[in-house]
Amino acid sequence: MSKFGGSNNKKEVPAMTSSSLSDIVFMLLFFFMVTTQMRETENKVVVKIPEASEVVKLERKDLNSYINIGTPIRSLQAQYGTDARIQLNDSFKTTDDIRDFIAAERESKSEADRQFMTVSIRADQDVRMGIITDVKQELRRCSALKIMYSARKGGE
Amino acid sequence: MAKKKVPAMNTSSTADIAFLLLCYFLMTTTMGSQTGLSRRLPPMPDKDQKVEDQKVNRRNIIVVKINSSDRLLAGSEPIDVSQLKDKIKEFLTNPADNPNLPEKEIQEIDLIGNWPVSKGVISLQNDRGTSYQAYIAVQNELVKAVNELRDDCAKQKFGKKFALLDEDQQAAVKKAVPQNISEAEPKDVGKKR
Repeated sequence: MSKFGGSNNKKEVPAMTSSSLSDIVFMLLFFFMVTTQMRETENKVVVKIPEASEVVKLERKDLNSYINIGTPIRSLQAQYGTDARIQLNDSFKTTDDIRDFIAAERESKSEADRQFMTVSIRADQDVRMGIITDVKQELRRCSALKIMYSARKGGE
Repeated sequence: MAKKKVPAMNTSSTADIAFLLLCYFLMTTTMGSQTGLSRRLPPMPDKDQKVEDQKVNRRNIIVVKINSSDRLLAGSEPIDVSQLKDKIKEFLTNPADNPNLPEKEIQEIDLIGNWPVSKGVISLQNDRGTSYQAYIAVQNELVKAVNELRDDCAKQKFGKKFALLDEDQQAAVKKAVPQNISEAEPKDVGKKR
């Protein structure tokens, strides 16, 4: 009755080695570090991007500058109202500031890449075209002609 | 010399540290690749440039207008967004050689050979009150029409879809089926409060 009798000769289960766990987590970490990019600006406008079926991917993310257009987020509505606003970098701007913004963005890119700079217009789907037309006219004046209308891939 | 056995270092907390780092990166970074519709704006005309009437034959232009209540006008008749693609395709191909639809010019293109290239231009006009969603929907339909024509051309000449062709072939097909979408100078038509 050795199997059931004595309680002191119980076989001990060896502790599971958890040393590889950290390796797995590190691998995950590296995956995320490589595939993601830092969030550079905080969104101050609500942008619900419209859907489209024929979207193309942007090739060079680093050559991209963003113009966000939409209504201010809830906590800022008391201050700025609910009309659609333009957000460049981290603050609300008007169309007149686009020129400086584009100039600064151009300056930050390397010389060889400047011609490939793309301006991505991220506008809310309920925004009226008037403000976007103004932005587009201003971009033409600054000769930033490569633009992209941000859109989600939507099923149709 | 009795060797002292070095006790194994307790490594169970490295996983926790790595998890913390992982969470930090998950919070501060964004994934999601940027997608969208790529366009080239026309350069601003010079102020002292003489106004030169670019003589484009009337039959070569289709005007797509969107008004402030998101209704569409293609050519001269009101139309629904769902019909726009076929209308544009018919406009660009002109299968029956209709004298009211754009003329075609036989051009010799590398890899393809002679191909009737349409001279059609799509002119898109919108109102200040048009919603962005409607505008993107129309842009999308226009691109879709061109993409389908490119697919047709690619299938006919290379037996493959446009996306599966190599770079030179794609350039040739792009030449055969150009994407001529002009965004007209803004006009203020109907006011929208």
